[in-house]
Parts: sequence; C-alpha cells; structure tokens
Amino acid sequence: MTNCAPSSCESCQVAAVSKLEKLGMKLGQADYVIALAGNPNTGKSTIFNALTGLRQHTGNWPGKTIARAEGAFSLGGKKYKIVDLPGTYSLLSATDDEEVARDFILFGRPDVTVVVIDATRLERNLNLALQVLQITNRAVVCVNLIDEAKAHGITVDERGLARDLGVPVVLATARKGEGIDRLLQEIGDMANGNTPTSPQKLKYEVPGLREAMEKITAELEAAYPNVPHREWIAMRLLEGDPRIAAAVASGEIGNLMADHAAT
Amino acid sequence: MTGEEIIKSAEKLRMGLPPGVRDHWIEDIYAESDRIASRNLDQSGISHRLSWERRLDWFLTNRWTGYPTMVLMLAIVLWLTIAGANVPSGWLATLLLENGHPLLKNFADNTLHLPWWLSGVLVDGLYLTTAWVVSVMLPPMAIFFPLFTLLEDFGYLPRVAFNLDNLFHRVGAHGKQALTMSMGWGCNAAGVVATRVIDSPRERLIAIITNNFALCNGRWPTQILIATVFLGTLASPGLASFVAAGSVLGIALFGVALTFLASWMLSRTVLQGEASTFSLELPPYRPPQILRTLYTSLIDRTLIVLWRAIVFAAPAGIVLWSMANINIGSASIAEWLINGLDPIAWLIGLNGVILVAYIVAIPANEIVIPTILMLTVMVTGISGVGEQGAGVMFDASSESSLAIILRDGGWTTLTAVSLMLFSLCHNPCSTTIYTIWKETKSAKWTALATFLPVVFGIVICGIVALFWRLIA
Repeated sequence: MTNCAPSSCESCQVAAVSKLEKLGMKLGQADYVIALAGNPNTGKSTIFNALTGLRQHTGNWPGKTIARAEGAFSLGGKKYKIVDLPGTYSLLSATDDEEVARDFILFGRPDVTVVVIDATRLERNLNLALQVLQITNRAVVCVNLIDEAKAHGITVDERGLARDLGVPVVLATARKGEGIDRLLQEIGDMANGNTPTSPQKLKYEVPGLREAMEKITAELEAAYPNVPHREWIAMRLLEGDPRIAAAVASGEIGNLMADHAAT
Repeated sequence: MTGEEIIKSAEKLRMGLPPGVRDHWIEDIYAESDRIASRNLDQSGISHRLSWERRLDWFLTNRWTGYPTMVLMLAIVLWLTIAGANVPSGWLATLLLENGHPLLKNFADNTLHLPWWLSGVLVDGLYLTTAWVVSVMLPPMAIFFPLFTLLEDFGYLPRVAFNLDNLFHRVGAHGKQALTMSMGWGCNAAGVVATRVIDSPRERLIAIITNNFALCNGRWPTQILIATVFLGTLASPGLASFVAAGSVLGIALFGVALTFLASWMLSRTVLQGEASTFSLELPPYRPPQILRTLYTSLIDRTLIVLWRAIVFAAPAGIVLWSMANINIGSASIAEWLINGLDPIAWLIGLNGVILVAYIVAIPANEIVIPTILMLTVMVTGISGVGEQGAGVMFDASSESSLAIILRDGGWTTLTAVSLMLFSLCHNPCSTTIYTIWKETKSAKWTALATFLPVVFGIVICGIVALFWRLIA
C-alpha cells in the first residue's frame, strides 16, 4: 500500500473511510444534504453514528428517533449534512413519524436519500424503498444487517437488486463498519451527480388516472411553482390522502417548502 | 387557483376514477417488493439462529412464562442495584461527606473567615445537599441504567411491550405505554417525553398522567434505603438484602398495578375512547455491545440525570438551611411547619417531618431522605449524632445509626411502609410537572397529572394506617 500510485489510492475504496472527517454537530453551511430513511430497527442510527461520529443512542422499538437528528461529515473537500429521519414502515399512512420522514424527503430536497433496509426482512423493507423511489431518483439503498442474514442462511444479490431498483445498492454490516466505505463512495458519487439512475417507477394502469394526474400536477405548478415532487402530491390528492389534502388546502404545502429550505 | 380549488378539482377527478386507487397503488408496491425480494434473495443456506430465537420468543412472550420472567428480570436488576451500590456509595460518602465536609467547613471558617451564615448556607446547605445527592444517586444509577440499557439492546424490552400490550389494551390504553412506563423507571420527565411515540392524543395523555406511578430514579434510593433499614432488619442478616429487594420490588409492582388502575379510571371517565392497535415488530435478538452500552448509558442517562439532581438540590439545600435557622417567634420556620402538619400526617401514617420534606423536595425527589434526616435531628434535638449538629443535612455514618435517629424521631414500621407508599404516590417533581406542561400545553391536564397521584397516595396511606392501627 505504501508505494501505490496516487491515482489508485483515490479510487481505492478504503480511502473513502480514511479521508472521512467526522464533524458531529458542527453543521454550518453544508454542500450536500443527505437524508437517512428506513424501517424501524434496521440500524439506521448505527450508520448515522458511523458517519458523523455522534453517539446517538439506538433503541429497539419504533419511534425511538422521535424528531429528526442531524449531524455532519466531510469527504473529498465537500461538507455533507446528514439527517436521520424517524424509522417508518411507509410514507403513506398517518402517523407523526411518517409525516416527519415524508415531509423531509419531499420538501427538504435532500441531495441523496439513503434508504436503509434490513437484509433479514427484505420483502417488507423494500416497500419503503419503493415508495421513496416513487418520489426521488437520487437514492442509495443500503441493505444492512448482512451478518444476521448470513446467520439465517440468507444471501442477497447486490447487483440484481441494484438492477431491479435502478439505484445503487450497498450491502453492509454497519455495526462492524463493513460496507460503510462503499456507502460513502456511493453517497459522494450520487451527490456530485456522477451516478446514472433509472429508478423503478410503478406504472399506473388505471384508466383515466394518467390524465387526471397531469391535470392536477399542472394546477399545482400554477399555484405553488416552488413545490417539488408535484406528481407525487397529485397522486396522493387523487387517492384522497387527508393529510396531504389539508396541507394543500391551507397553503401549508408552500410553507413546508420554506421551512425545510431554511434548514 | 388556490389550494382549496385544487382540492375540489382533485375530488371531482377522483369521483371519475375507478374506486380503490389508493389500495391498488399500495398493492402494486407490495407486489413489486415481493417480486424484487424473491428474485434477489437466496434462502437456501442453513439457518442456525432462527430455531433458538423462536424458542426464546415463545418463552419470553408466553402467558405462563412471560410474566414471571419479567418480574424475575426486574427483581434481578433491583437486587444487583441494591447489593452493588452499597460499596461505592460508602466510598463516595466517606470522600465527600465524612472528609470533604469538615475540610471545606474548616477552610470557609478559618481560612476565608466567612460570616457564620454564609458558611452555613454554602457549606452546610449547598455543598452538603449536593454531596449527599451525588453519593446516594450516582452508584445506583451507574448500575441500574446500564443494566436496563443492556436489556434494551438485547431486544427484551419490545417483548415486555408485547406482553403488556394486552393488559394496557384492556384498560383502554396504548400498548406502547409499557415502553414509556419503563422509561419512567429511569426518570419520569424522560418517560413523559417518550410518550411522543404514542400517536393518539387520548392514549398519550393517559400515558403522561400515569407515568408518575413508575418509580423514578429519584425515588429508588428512598425506597432502597427505607426498605434496607426498616424492613431488611426484620429478617435475619443473611436474608436482609433479599427482603429489602423484595419489598422494593413489591412497591414497584404495586406502582404498575396503580398504572393500570389509573389508566382504566381515566379511560372510563375523562379520557373515554377506543384503544388503538399498533403493530410491533419483535426485532431479532442482538448481542448487546457491552462497552458501548456502558459508555452511552453513562453519558446519556446517568450524568444528565445526576446533573439535573445537583442543579435542583443545591438551591434546595440553601432553602433547607435557612428554614432551619431562621426563627419566627419562639421556633424556626421549619418547626412551625412540622408542628402544623403533624395531625394531618398522623392520619396517613406519616409525620410532619416527612410532609415538610416532601414540600421542600418538590424540585427533586432525590433529597427527600436527607431532608427528613436533617429535620428529625432538629426536632428531636438528638446531640452527638453526626459532628455537624442540628440543622445540618448529614450522612448517618452507618445504616443502623440512621435507624436509631429515625426511631428516636418516633418512627415505626408503619411510618416506613407509609413513607414507601407515599413515595410511590405523590406529586411528580417540578421538572416532570414542567415537562408535562410543555408536552400537553394544558394547565388542566398538568394539574390532573400533578394531583391525581397525591390523591391516590393519601387514600392508600390512609387505608393502610387505619387497618394497621386496628390490627396492631
């Protein structure tokens, strides 16, 4: 390793972690914002701690990260702010935790959303990953707890998963620090716009839905030109999601945007 | 176009769509997850964890073995805390009280030449109270919190919640209240904040109002000390620590029973409604990371709670010293209060000293016992016990001398039992009251959460005292 050429060091994966500077709570002005989403109990907070050097206590039950926790790290001369969202099973139903997570992904405009999923509960956890992918292209899926999966006799096909989801997939055992370097690399590449993605978007095969969505999306654009992810909001309105409807009706949706832009 | 108009337009379009668009979309997501998972997952390896995990889950959540295991775990944690805290607590007392206090007093009087009242307020009031809190609280907390966190990390607490869910459901409360209750065993203020995990406002209020029935860290030392001195000594020396741990366990379980009773009463009266269900995933067991747990529970819990105790104990020490040393007419303020409250206190098996101590200790439950000791010495005028004399909060050099002081102050086994019960059921400390107000933003609910436990305490202690005296 001592006499390796500088160029190969830069591309070497281990280099990512060695160059990682954990900034803890020193948030300041960040170049990129990273959101950390995932089901409860997938080791999200462990990953957060590994990246920021903070010691956020991790608990074993839903709702442990009640508000969102923030930290920072620096890599390759860029400063990243990382936001640990509450653990949720979906972005659809109506709990406060889910609303916090959903609002941030929608309106916080994170540069990268990392979805942490549990390798031993892949099927259930993929629900959330797919829901996130309906909102944003800029996602990295981190399949954590690979060591437990191994103990259960489960192997996960990283490439196949990446191909099916259309975004980078990293297998990790965050508790032992395995996979963190690759995760950092993928986050960096995605944030800098070096990763082509083609996320798995669901097709709406309901007659009339496409047209209705386009109409509402256009109306939203006219009323709230700054609000992102209008198609997703339009879809929720057509489903009759009460929380989203209330936010649009009261004009709060514009404020949500401003709230999250300030952070 | 305004937001309202967009909603109307969306509603109209929605009517034109086939029903169940939302369900259709969710079904698609699930089907797709299923497809992707099955394509990229290979389950053919041999599992050597699943079978014992299943067996352990069955054992821990089974109706017949689950509850006894919970009680046993709590008993072990309590016994380890009681048996283990004694020694370091003694070291700290020797360092801070027996040696530190005379040294400081000497320094204040003879080197700095402070006026008597200033050295009294600072050294006898502020320093001594703070030192007492540190030596009594730090060791049990440093054992209790890490043990609790280890159980949490291992994955036991979600199983406890799973077991208790049924009971909480039956009394009209939320299953997650089991978690906020166990947080309350550490600190009620933390327990109240933790109720944020409960989404329904009705069930959240029940959890907040009843959290005080979970013995908090400020009250464990009171329970442990009184149980050791008065109840442990009733048994033979070899069994003393088990009897003491058993009685504290009894009080803690009685608190759990009161939590159910109060939740049931609330959900039948002022907080009526259906209990909501929630899905709790039983996480896989994980080997606890012992060193990390020790570190985080020391930093996150022990030091933060201790700091809070010190912040509140210091000014209370000043108040205490002043009360005992400022006279109105023939007696000090403290004596007036004690004599005034004595008749009421008798009815509930206590005495005036204890009630005054509880009023002074509203900021922090931790200082109840030191306050009681100081006031007892002052009222009974015992001399030669503790070098500092009357009006100073001191550490009784051994537990038996503590018993002697209290017996001289007119204490009986009834007083001890009543104090333990009253310690379980009285108003929350001021931090918790403030936290409740911050969380509920309602004077009404804060008042209810403050006074409901006191009413419980007066009724329970009154009944116990009445029957005790009838039988004895």
